Order: sequence, then C-alpha cells, then structure tokens
Amino acid sequence: MPQPDEKVPLTQRTGIFRGEYFGLLGALLALILFFSVQSEYFFSVLTFTTLANQIPSLTVIAVGMTFVLIIAGIDLSVGSVMALSGSVLGLALLDMNAPLWFAGILCLMTGLACGAFNGLVVTRWSVPSFIVTLGMLEIARGGAYLVTGSQTKYIGSTVESVSAPLPGINLSPALFVAIATVVLGQLLLSRTVFGRRMIAVGTNEEAVHLSGVNVSRIKLMVFSLAGLLAGLGGLFQVGYLQSADPNAGIGLELSAIAAVVVGGTSLSGGKGSVVNTLLGVLIIAVLQTGLAQIGATEPMKRVITGLVIIAAVILDVYRNRSGGIGSYFKRFFKS
Amino acid sequence: MSAKLLSVSELHKRYAVPVLEGVNFDVAPGQVHALVGANGAGKTTLCRIICGLTPHDAGNMQIEGIAYHPESVVDAEGHGVRIVMQEPHLIDTLSIGENLFFSELPKRRGVIDFDRLYDQSRRALESIGLQGLDPKQNVGSLGIGQRQLIEIARVLIHPCRILILDEPTAALTDPQIDLLFKKIEELKAQGTGIIYVSHRISEFKRIADDITVLKNGQSVSTSRVADLNADEIVRLMAGDLEQGQQQAILSDISSAIRVRNLSDSLLNNVNLDIHYGEILGLAGLIGSGRTELLRAIFGADRIDDGHLMLEDCDDQLIFESPQEGIRHGIGLIPEDRSRQGLLQDRSITSNMSLASMQNFRQALGWIDKEMEQTSVEAYRQKLEINCTGISQSVSELSGGNQQKVIISRWLMKDCKVLLFDEPTRGIDIQTREAIYRLLYDLAAQGKAIVIVSSEIQELTTICDRIAVLSNGQLTADFQRDEWSAEKIMAASFSAYTDDAAA
Repeated sequence: MPQPDEKVPLTQRTGIFRGEYFGLLGALLALILFFSVQSEYFFSVLTFTTLANQIPSLTVIAVGMTFVLIIAGIDLSVGSVMALSGSVLGLALLDMNAPLWFAGILCLMTGLACGAFNGLVVTRWSVPSFIVTLGMLEIARGGAYLVTGSQTKYIGSTVESVSAPLPGINLSPALFVAIATVVLGQLLLSRTVFGRRMIAVGTNEEAVHLSGVNVSRIKLMVFSLAGLLAGLGGLFQVGYLQSADPNAGIGLELSAIAAVVVGGTSLSGGKGSVVNTLLGVLIIAVLQTGLAQIGATEPMKRVITGLVIIAAVILDVYRNRSGGIGSYFKRFFKS
Repeated sequence: MSAKLLSVSELHKRYAVPVLEGVNFDVAPGQVHALVGANGAGKTTLCRIICGLTPHDAGNMQIEGIAYHPESVVDAEGHGVRIVMQEPHLIDTLSIGENLFFSELPKRRGVIDFDRLYDQSRRALESIGLQGLDPKQNVGSLGIGQRQLIEIARVLIHPCRILILDEPTAALTDPQIDLLFKKIEELKAQGTGIIYVSHRISEFKRIADDITVLKNGQSVSTSRVADLNADEIVRLMAGDLEQGQQQAILSDISSAIRVRNLSDSLLNNVNLDIHYGEILGLAGLIGSGRTELLRAIFGADRIDDGHLMLEDCDDQLIFESPQEGIRHGIGLIPEDRSRQGLLQDRSITSNMSLASMQNFRQALGWIDKEMEQTSVEAYRQKLEINCTGISQSVSELSGGNQQKVIISRWLMKDCKVLLFDEPTRGIDIQTREAIYRLLYDLAAQGKAIVIVSSEIQELTTICDRIAVLSNGQLTADFQRDEWSAEKIMAASFSAYTDDAAA
C-alpha cells in the first residue's frame, strides 16, 4: 500500500491506475491461481469466456450502486427494477412488435424512471433511501409481474445479439458495453465536477450545502443513474436468457452491494472507486465458479462467499488505518 | 456568613490554554450563590469540575471542611453534589415517569412495576409544581421549558446537599421560572447550597444571596447580591481593555448589505448596515442570535420577516438558500469547522475548490485539474497554509491551517462579503495573528467583513465597528472611538437584564 502521500502530484494519486487497485487485483490473481492448481479444468478459455459473459448485468448495476453508496445512500430496488425493465423490453418486442433499438430504449427509460422516482422521494421528502428503495423493490417487482402476466416470456433470437458471444472472440457485446460503463463511470467519478461533488456530498452534506452546491440535484441524478444502469442490466439479462423473466434479479441488490463493498467502497459514503467495484464483481464471480469446479456444494459456496465478503471489509478497515494493512502485519513482526 | 458547605480555593485548570486561573468562593448551607461572567470566563468548566465531570489541575475543594476531589460523577453524587445541565438529557420516546426514574425503575418479579413508577413520578412532579402533568405522557411531546423542569425534578429525586443549576431559566417561561424559584426557596429552607449560573442579572436580586464574578478564569469579586447593582456587576465582568491598534479607516466606505427588520424564531427586528472596506464585529453572549444572524443573511436559515437590500439597490431580497447568498457574493465561514465546513479525509484541493468548481469546468463537466491545482497552490502560498502539499488530507492539518483552507474556499469564489463565525476558535496565537492580518488586507481590498466572536478583546483589536446582539435584538452599534469593554458587555446583557425581555 502506498503511504498517504509525500509530494506525489495529484494526477498520479487519482489516476485510473492508482496503487490501491493492486490489493484487489492481487486477491483476484491469487484466487485464479488457487483454483487453477486445485482443478485441472479451471484455467481454460471456456471458463473465462463463460464468466465474462455472465457478469455484464451485475457489473453495470454494481457501478450504479457504487455511486449511490458514495453519496451515503443505498439502493435496494436495483434487482426488481432490472426485472421490470426486462419485462417492458419483452412486452415491447412481443406484444408491440417494436424493433430492438426502440424496445431497448424503452427498457432503459423504465429503469431511469424508477431511479428518478427514488431520487425524487429521497430529496423532496427527505425519506431515507433505504426505505424509499425498499418500497421501489416491491413496486417494481409487482410491476414486472403485471407486465408479463407473471410468466416468463420467451423471446428468442431477436434479443440474442445483445448478450450472445460474437463469433471468433466468444465475447458478447454486453461485456464490452459493461467495460465501457466501468471506464466511463471511473472517469465520471474521478475527473468531472459531478464526480467531485458526489464524493463531497457523501463526505459532508452540510458543508456542501453551505458551499452553495445543490445537494438535492446531485442525489436525484445519482439515483436516476443507478436506475438507468439497472435498466441496462435488464437489457443484458434478457439478452442472456433470451426471455423476459419477472423473477429475474431477486436478491441481486445484495450481490451488487457485496461486490461494491468488496471493492472497498465505504457504506458510510464519501469514498469509492468504480474500477475496484469491477474487481469486486470479478472476485465474487471467480470465487463462485471456482468453488463449483472444485466440487463445493451450493450451500458451501454460499458460506464461503459470505466469509469472503466479511473478510474483505475487515481488510479494508485496516487498509484505511495508519498506512495500510502492511503496517498492521508489521506489528506482528515487531513485537 | 454561617459555616461553609462547599469551599473552593485557588482552582486551576488548563486544556490547551488556561481556562481557570485561580477561582475562590464559598457556598453556605441554605444559600444561593450566583456565578456570573462573560463567554469563556470559565463558568462551565468550573461547574464540570465541581460535579466530577472534569478533573482540576490544582487547587482545593472542601465540603464541610473535608477535602473533596470527585473522581467521577458517581463519586460527586455520593457526596451529595448534583448538577442540572443547561440542555435537558431526556429520552424523547419514553414517558415522563420512565425518564424520571430511568436508572432505578421499580421492578416486581423482573418486570417494571408501572403502578409504583407512576405513583413515585406523580410525587416527583408535584414537588416541582407540575402536578398537572400525566407521568405516562411521552417526553417528546413536551415543550422545552417543561422538559427543563422535568430534568430538574429528575435530579431532585435524590437527596442533595449541593445543587448546581447551569442557566436553568434560559428555556423557561415566566410562570415556569416562578415554579423553579419556589422550589429553590424550598431547597434553601432544607439547607441545600445552590450554585446558580446565569447571565440574567435581573434574576439574582430575586433568588441569590451571594454573587461571584468570574473574569478570564479568575474570581474577581465575591459579595452579597444586595450590595451590588447591575451596572457594577457588568463593570466587574468587563474590566479594563487594552486598546487595539488603530485602523486606518477607508475614505470610500460604501454600503454592501442593509439588513432591515430581520426576524425569525430568535432574532427580533434586527437592522444592521454592512459596508465594503469595513470590518464589522458582532458581539453578544452565546445564544444571543449572532450565528443565526449570519446564517439568515447568507440564506442558510429561513427568516420570518424582514429583508436585505444590496449595495445601492432598493430591491428587497430574502435568500432562501446558501446558493442565492453565494450568487450575490456572500460567503460564510461557519462556526463548527469540522461539521459545517470541512470535507474530512479529502485533500486540500477538494476542500478549497468545493464552492468554485464552476471555474474549472470544461466541456462535459471535465475538471481542468491543472488550472485547479495552480489556483489552489496560489492560495496555499498566499495564506501560508502549512502542509506537505495541496494533495494532503485536511484532517492532518492543524485547526488554524484548516481554517485557512476554508477561508481560501471563499476567496477563490471571489466573495465580496465574508461572514466569519468565530474564525479563531481553537486556533493558536500565531495563526490568529495571520488571520487578523488577512482580514485587514481583505477589508483594505474593499471587501465587507463581518466577524462574530465571543472574545471582546479580539473584536476591539480588529474591528472598525462593533454591533451587539442581546437576546435576539441589536442593542448597540459602536464606532471605534465609542466603545469600551464595559459598554459592549452592558449592551450584551441589556436585553436579558430588563425583566420585560421575552
């Protein structure tokens, strides 16, 4: 871990490849190494392309969640909003015979509308985001059932192009969009006025308000963005399954929060990184795939994943304390 | 005077700076001893020491001739010393009865015996004249005055020999004050010694027997209340004042803001003119409305009545948010640096440019980091902020340097009117001097400066004009050659001294 700065120019510290990524990257590589040794099938092109085509939906949703956690909020509705957006996509394609581009926009707008609703209630009535988004979790889920008539709608090859692997490289367009989202999200966070203000709101809302910044507008935009990205996740999910499932994404909000937290974003706001969130998504995905391949049962997979999440947060506490986890371990050797 | 119940001699206490430097006074049984002093004279620290909340550094205390050095509140309570704090410490969601007996709820077979609890509570309420209240009622539904009385009742459930009341009447209405004073008479008759801290001089005649005046951490005088009048008390608190350096008064002072008839829940019809090129001080006791006035001008608080007029324009304005105030060139350096000003753990850069991000915005909201850093670095050098570099976290800076970062935030925004709320609180002498020099420079550049401070000496040193707030009213407006510490002090107390004051 780098020491908290002597005279390092600012650009180096807040750049995309900041030193603090290496801890997570190291953990990811260690996991990959471990499973490669344990299972002869793990280290293969097939494993990695399968993984890569599974994660886009969770990745974009976790990016939105990162922003929400940075402003010290929380969004429990993303899984349901994803399902509702996907259901609207299905409805548009099947019942309205809309072209894919139009249905896709409708899907994204559905997510955006849900997120904007969350943001409006949070800012207009100062309701804690936990409550508002808990309500939206139910509303959007109910909406998804209404839109689909509570049935999974098979769409077929119309949407396949979104998430199906491209011939030759075996990677889906969705993956590239997800990676672009991570890069743009990181740039938004660390290089724009909006990103700077997000971090400031999460650090000290009162100070930001007294500095003449419209705190409500920032919150509204962040929740809207999280909704939009949940809609994008819905598009990927429907493409992946080739059907609109109103039961999709149950519990996804917790997977997203877990990935973001493993990535070191603080639940109390003011601190976070989108690239680290991607690493968090990857760590959890590799862990689950790897455990399956070395023959862990589903219950064991869940126990171990839970332990990893907790361990990651504990490590983060030490990483933030007095110069990092390194100095923590040093104490053992000293005394 | 009869035998001493509590005797305090040569009490000393220092935190970063000396707070108490030799306090002496005695409390006799059955007597009320009033303590009075300006902001920062050491009243609160003294109370905290007597009731065991804070240890003292040197000096002696005795109760009935036996050495008394409380190690904790429990220890002090064991000696029969109890305190009623200025702010009631009640739990809103519990009933009056549960609050009164919170630490020793009557139980029967492991569950709370509510019959007995409410029975006891009724008696406790009666003893302070609140028999009309239902002990089952939630504390949250009570007014601030009733809560204060319940806090007093809670303390008085236990026998006590020495009772400290810290500003007990600040939140009380007149009938409630009568109830409290009746109770105090009762306690006196039982031989309890009472230490009564207040800045409402008018109350002393009614209730107190002796009075000790504290000034700069020392007890400067103890006498019978009957022997002193209000003017003499004020004179004792103020003392002599070194005259600060004379400021060259700018010839072209023009009006920046005219505050007219401003009223809110605390402020009462305030009229005040703020000028460019002038340092205006706002004096007054804590709670007199100084902070509220700054926040109202800035747009941070809602105001009920009145308006502002800017420069030569006669448009009547009210700022509904800090954004509006800032748009009209006003900046506020808030009282509570860490809660209202700083982004802790963030860099000096992030903190300083917070209000001026617009200046560094490029296409697509991109931050021009080079320009931002150049600008932050320029202010770092100008204000001589001591740091390892502008990317250092503000949490690692001293209070003085943190304050400079916040001041820079508004200089960068190029505000024409700067409102400072206690700008030198908790700041070392050298940085203070630097901040004073900065204020002179800013005024000389034609900015309007308003400073709230609890230290009269500070105001008389740096200000061109001093206005005084008392109980929400503007009670005086002195030019440099008109003021004295005594006049400022008298004006600070004036709206509390008149019995008519609400």
